[in-house]
Amino acid sequence: MVQNKARSGHLTLLHFFSDYVIIVPILLLIVIWTIIAPNFLTYNNFMNVLRQVSMVAILAAGQYFMICTGYIDFALGALVGLCGIIFAKAMVDWSLAPGLAAVVALMVGLLCELVSGTLVTNFQLPAFVATLGMMYIGRGLCYVITNSYPISKIPASVAWIGRGYIANAIPWPVAIMIGVYVIVTFVSKKTKFGRFVYATGGNREAAHLSGINVNLITKCSFLLGGLFSTLTAIILVSRLNSGQPSAGTGYEFQAVIACVMGGVSLAGGKGKAPGVILGAIFVGLLTNGMTLINVDSNWQQVVQGVVLILAITFDVYKQRRQASTR
Amino acid sequence: MENNSGIPAAEVILDIRGLTKVFPGVKALDDVSLQVRRGSVHALIGENGAGKSTLIKILSGVYQATSGEFWFKGQKVHVEKPLDAQRLGLSVVHQEIKLVETLSVAENIFLGRPQCKSGLINWGAMRREARRMVEDLNIKLDVDMEVSRLSIAQKQIVEICKALSFNAELIIMDEPSATLTENELECLFDIIARLRSKGITVIYISHRMEEIFKVADSVSVLRDGKHIQTMPVAGIERSQLISLMVGREIGNEYPKLPARIGEVALRAEHLTNRKIHDVSFEVRHGEILGFAGLVGAGRTETVRAVFAADSLTEGSLYINGTPVKFHSVRDAIRHRIALIPEDRKEQGLVLGMSIKQNISMVDLNNVCVNGLLSGRKEQQLSIEMIEKLSIATPSEEKEVRQLSGGNQQKVVLAKWLAVDSDIVILDEPTRGIDVGAKAEIYRLIGMLAQQGKAVIMISSDMPELIGVCDRICVMREGTISGSMDREHFSQEAILDLAVS
Repeated sequence: MVQNKARSGHLTLLHFFSDYVIIVPILLLIVIWTIIAPNFLTYNNFMNVLRQVSMVAILAAGQYFMICTGYIDFALGALVGLCGIIFAKAMVDWSLAPGLAAVVALMVGLLCELVSGTLVTNFQLPAFVATLGMMYIGRGLCYVITNSYPISKIPASVAWIGRGYIANAIPWPVAIMIGVYVIVTFVSKKTKFGRFVYATGGNREAAHLSGINVNLITKCSFLLGGLFSTLTAIILVSRLNSGQPSAGTGYEFQAVIACVMGGVSLAGGKGKAPGVILGAIFVGLLTNGMTLINVDSNWQQVVQGVVLILAITFDVYKQRRQASTR
Repeated sequence: MENNSGIPAAEVILDIRGLTKVFPGVKALDDVSLQVRRGSVHALIGENGAGKSTLIKILSGVYQATSGEFWFKGQKVHVEKPLDAQRLGLSVVHQEIKLVETLSVAENIFLGRPQCKSGLINWGAMRREARRMVEDLNIKLDVDMEVSRLSIAQKQIVEICKALSFNAELIIMDEPSATLTENELECLFDIIARLRSKGITVIYISHRMEEIFKVADSVSVLRDGKHIQTMPVAGIERSQLISLMVGREIGNEYPKLPARIGEVALRAEHLTNRKIHDVSFEVRHGEILGFAGLVGAGRTETVRAVFAADSLTEGSLYINGTPVKFHSVRDAIRHRIALIPEDRKEQGLVLGMSIKQNISMVDLNNVCVNGLLSGRKEQQLSIEMIEKLSIATPSEEKEVRQLSGGNQQKVVLAKWLAVDSDIVILDEPTRGIDVGAKAEIYRLIGMLAQQGKAVIMISSDMPELIGVCDRICVMREGTISGSMDREHFSQEAILDLAVS
């Protein structure tokens, strides 16, 4: 009963565009900014945009797994702060080698997310509550540990991560971002774990009755949140050349915006990883152009809010249309 | 006023004339004309997709007809939204109850139009009026009770009262019996009889034939959006109705394939948990064991416990004579047990995923090469299953959300047949799907038994169990109240064991 095999050729192209609708507004933005913003269409500016979005984009990889599993993690931004502080403190105050410091920071990030994940699965707390609590705990600890002062004198040996270039052309954060998304795309498309994440987010009960250990999958998604928080934190410390207690504030929501703009459904179980990078780039281009034409940064926030609402409206509309087509 | 049904014009309460509804790509309703006699119980039947829901939605103002019109109480009416219909005296009791769970019975009855005195809610009058309406139906129901604490049957009564509070003269009941137990069904029939004696017309929609014979005066058959025939219920045969619905003779509704019944495949002893008590049974290879009983008797809970979806406080399981203990659903699956759950949308499928991805879900190793998912193998498997179960779809990439109920159910079956289990448990496998798809599922169940698999089937449709099964266990209040072999099957005997 499988018919119309011949049609699949142009269907693939159609699918591609319906999966990555975000390409259209990105091209539109590029055209608009090229016309009205001087210095927009240059290699340097473009790399600048990519470097700016890279950290939120890397964090968004964690948020992507969370949203696909059916949750939003409000703590990710705070964990960027906390892991960054730990990373900086381990190097500066405890004189650990950068590699070891990174491992310590990672342990802290994973531990926090393991706690959130356990609360959500074994104790059946709403993720909203568990991750919001963890957000306050994480951010609070940032200030407690540093006494509200930034940690400076970061060893020069880690400067390359946030400020270096590959072959004097591609910033390291951008390269890391691309590497992360190659891996994330592979994991979600080709591995059993990726499929289990979609199934769990799409319908927990059906996934459970299909023999999928949904609690384990959920915890793994949380742990990936911890992993990507730490990675973002390390890059950010290197970029800022200090451990800032306020670092990463609001990143969790920017990561959500990147996911939603990239076509990841807030309902769970749906989304493609490359879309998230495009979503982040869209937001980056938007702010970059506005900065170039001197839009006030407070107004930029307003615009971001409007864009987020539009994107979610689009997502909700798409869901509803899908639900009604029978 | 002319009409073609032979009902005197003055007695026609609803006159539907040439209603047509076209959705993009599909004609859901095609020039339907029929009359409903005032004060009668008029059944509306048809397979899924025959146009019943569309017709109701037009009558109740949810949809607007593409062309055609309908006359109510001798007047041509324009219904643009549900409130218009309710004001005219035409109410619908939906299959999915639409009440505000956190409010009381009385508040729900008068929802949106609370009885007021000088701008404030007159609680006394509202409660009195609600109580009068409930008593009028000869029902015992506390009108101050919060709706969330009511049973589904009681919620339906609230819906009916709500309709009556609009002075409804025509009440459309959309599959009211789908979620009711036998007792509650009797109660519903009493209410319908009472409504009829008050001169209120009822349009009754159901998939279950025996109900139509019990409750309806006349019946209209829809098929493929067209009105096929309207006739008095007296003097027609069940098989006649079925052939009108499907447009073809179903030779045997329940084809029984010969299967060799072998050794005991699964034995359960003294299964006990919060919901069930001391349940013991066994099922053999090649045997189809039915579980009968009222809704809530513990049938679903029993099979969920076997499948380790719920935990057991006591009891033991033996597979092919060997004792087993499952710690997770995964364990049960490893021991080659399959459970096709009762609610395909909530429990059986990930609606947003493709057919392909749903089918491969239980054992992804089947579609892996070197530990990684292989799109090609996954496609091969799904195409094979789609053909084996004749799932009607243009592509294996289609989201299951977009399939009809019968095809969705087949995807759930495909998903479990893809892992080739030895013990297949089906919980209400034919609920809410059309006659044609049902027949195909019966055939599949028969084939499973023929292949030597042990099959357990839960159903609330007694004729279906009697037709399909080799043996039936009847459950009541969380325990098995009796069982019988095929030669002793009778509806009366089963019902006797099912009710206390």
